[in-house]
Amino acid sequence: MSKILIRGAKVLGGEPQDVLIDGGTIAEVGAGLSAEGAEVVEAEGKVLLPGLVDLHTHLREPGREDSETVLTGTRAAASGGYTTVFAMANTFPVADTAGVVEQVWRLGKEHGYCDVQPIGAVTVGLEGRKLAELGAMYESAAGVTVFSDDGKCVHDAVIMRRALEYVKAFGGVVAQHAQEPRLTEGAEMNEGVVSAELGLGGWPAVAEESIIARDVLLAEHVGSRVHICHLSTAGSVEIVRWAKSRGIAVTAEVTPHHLLLTDELVRTYNPVYKVNPPLRTERDVMALREALADGTIDIVATDHAPHPHEDKDCEWAAAAMGMVGLETALSVVQETMVDTGLLDWAGVADRMSVKPAQIGQATGHGRPVSAGEPANLTLVDTAYRGLVEPAGFASRSRNTPYEGRELPGRVTHTWLRGKATLVDGKLT
Amino acid sequence: MQRHLISAADLTRDDAVLILDTAEEMARVADRPIKKLPTLRGRTIVNLFFEDSTRTRISFEAAEKRLSADVINFSAKGSSVSKGESLKDTAQTLEAMGVDAVVIRHGASGAPYRLANSGWIDAVVVNAGDGTHQHPTQALLDAFTMRRRLIGPDAGIGQDLDGKRITIVGDVLHSRVARSNVDLLHTLGAEVTLVAPPTLLPVGIETWPCEVSYDLDSTLPKSDAVMMLRVQRERMNAAFFPTEREYSRRYGLDGDRMARMPEHAVVMHPGPMVRGMEITAEVADSDRCTVVEQVANGVSIRMAVLYLLLGGNEPAVTHPRTEEK
Repeated sequence: MSKILIRGAKVLGGEPQDVLIDGGTIAEVGAGLSAEGAEVVEAEGKVLLPGLVDLHTHLREPGREDSETVLTGTRAAASGGYTTVFAMANTFPVADTAGVVEQVWRLGKEHGYCDVQPIGAVTVGLEGRKLAELGAMYESAAGVTVFSDDGKCVHDAVIMRRALEYVKAFGGVVAQHAQEPRLTEGAEMNEGVVSAELGLGGWPAVAEESIIARDVLLAEHVGSRVHICHLSTAGSVEIVRWAKSRGIAVTAEVTPHHLLLTDELVRTYNPVYKVNPPLRTERDVMALREALADGTIDIVATDHAPHPHEDKDCEWAAAAMGMVGLETALSVVQETMVDTGLLDWAGVADRMSVKPAQIGQATGHGRPVSAGEPANLTLVDTAYRGLVEPAGFASRSRNTPYEGRELPGRVTHTWLRGKATLVDGKLT
Repeated sequence: MQRHLISAADLTRDDAVLILDTAEEMARVADRPIKKLPTLRGRTIVNLFFEDSTRTRISFEAAEKRLSADVINFSAKGSSVSKGESLKDTAQTLEAMGVDAVVIRHGASGAPYRLANSGWIDAVVVNAGDGTHQHPTQALLDAFTMRRRLIGPDAGIGQDLDGKRITIVGDVLHSRVARSNVDLLHTLGAEVTLVAPPTLLPVGIETWPCEVSYDLDSTLPKSDAVMMLRVQRERMNAAFFPTEREYSRRYGLDGDRMARMPEHAVVMHPGPMVRGMEITAEVADSDRCTVVEQVANGVSIRMAVLYLLLGGNEPAVTHPRTEEK
């Protein structure tokens, strides 16, 4: 593999430096490095980050290839600056056996746009009744360490307790989709002022908060770690903050859309805003931003959820829940966290690369930008501002809530172990 | 007025009074030997009903026919909808047949809004009830009934409901009628009180332009009209209230309670009534109960709405009032 010299990039937003990639590794970082024998990428004014890691992606393959495949999903990931995605288990068939997780893992490897780390289901068929063969998935070629029934909550307290305990044997973590099922029967949007007016079924904050409260206490009781998916309410932030202060091993993620959008948008009845957990209120959004800034929330995860056009071009009740997010995540984080002064670029690297790689044990990702490290890198033109144009997405689906919205920042280059997957905003 | 009628909240005070005044004109047509106006001759209206509602559908159909419109009735049952056709495709199919207006009843809140605002069709959309969201023509016919009863058919012309005290009792949580009435009555200057057990009031109701009470007896003496909402018996299975009997005892309107209302106050109900649940037969059959009038007024209101949305540049009534009778 040839040499690449990234010239004058602001590494983690700091002083401009040159970064020399040799093969799959960062060879040297410093000022005025020699370009000899190297392809030069002029990066003046741009910010260089470690390749982003998404702990929560739906790649839809196997089963829903009409909305996304491992290929299109990883191309979308590379476009968004990601070098690793964790693929959620709610495929058809469900990723609850070694066979399915190995298939997804192999497809990711073959396509080569981004590392694909499958997440295994906690329970067979996501049904919440019987533990899936977690150990077999861990021992498979895919080496699964993150387990989740995402899309559904592991609502049975005993099953959740056993899962938390069981994965300790191989250092795994359970990622909980916190949603008390009885409190959310018929739920279509956040329960509050807007749902009361629109006559849509309410999804109360307490349905999320009560499960998080239960699960952090369970994790404490059995001495396990627990990860909370897509935390969405101010009350959930309070509970996680309390749990951390008590020394409980809890980590939590927030999605870009919950950092920016509120349930006021549902007034349009446009299902592009239909998502689970639902868009909450301005107060929740502000609490989530603050929690991400102070570290109560550890990471940003996209919950990239592709759906075909017909599943959104309909009435609210009939529409699918979810939004694509891989190709807009960094822009939304810049808009909500960096441009507001809540987080610097080193903080973004921490929340979108370092910490998610740690939680998911993605070896070789989320590493410092320094000599000897794997060359998993993302170059961002942070001065850019532009309209979101779904037609240009690499994802097979277009269900973005940001169509036509002006957002800052554009990923221009992504390198996966020294191999460019994105050059000047174009996939290789 | 806006091009479509989706929500009672979209109507200004002047829009609403214009509709009520126009409905008063339409009501006079019903008193003629030939109850028909040529206003919408050659226009086609489809009644697109995804939810069973014989009463509302018949009311719209009567209104459309009295305005001489061509009427197509489309019921989702046994149609291509049950084979998986989408709302969008159904609406586009109908529009391709040259429909000028779509009157839509749908079980999903927001379906009429989507139909009107997604660029799927160009026709005028009239909401005939969507999920637990809105039922604007019901609110209009209720306001029309109140104005006629509390002010008078002639004295009411040009008037709103300023200062009238309206109490709405029952399953507010699941009621599009309650939502539409709160919006419209507030716009018309009335003071609305909602009465229900706390389980049947939505979280978030605190921002609505009305009062909320859990106690029916203290509200009745301060009411000019009391509107009883239907309460489905099945609700008790989801723990909204313990038993049908307890609901009736605490929130049902019987003769004793009706006696606590002011002399002039009326009892209303959007129908269908569940006798013995929210209303006793004694009350339902009394002179103070306007249920049958509301049905008649519904036709006049729907004529007025369709006339104003579809044919508003011609006079509503071809002959002056004085010529009648």
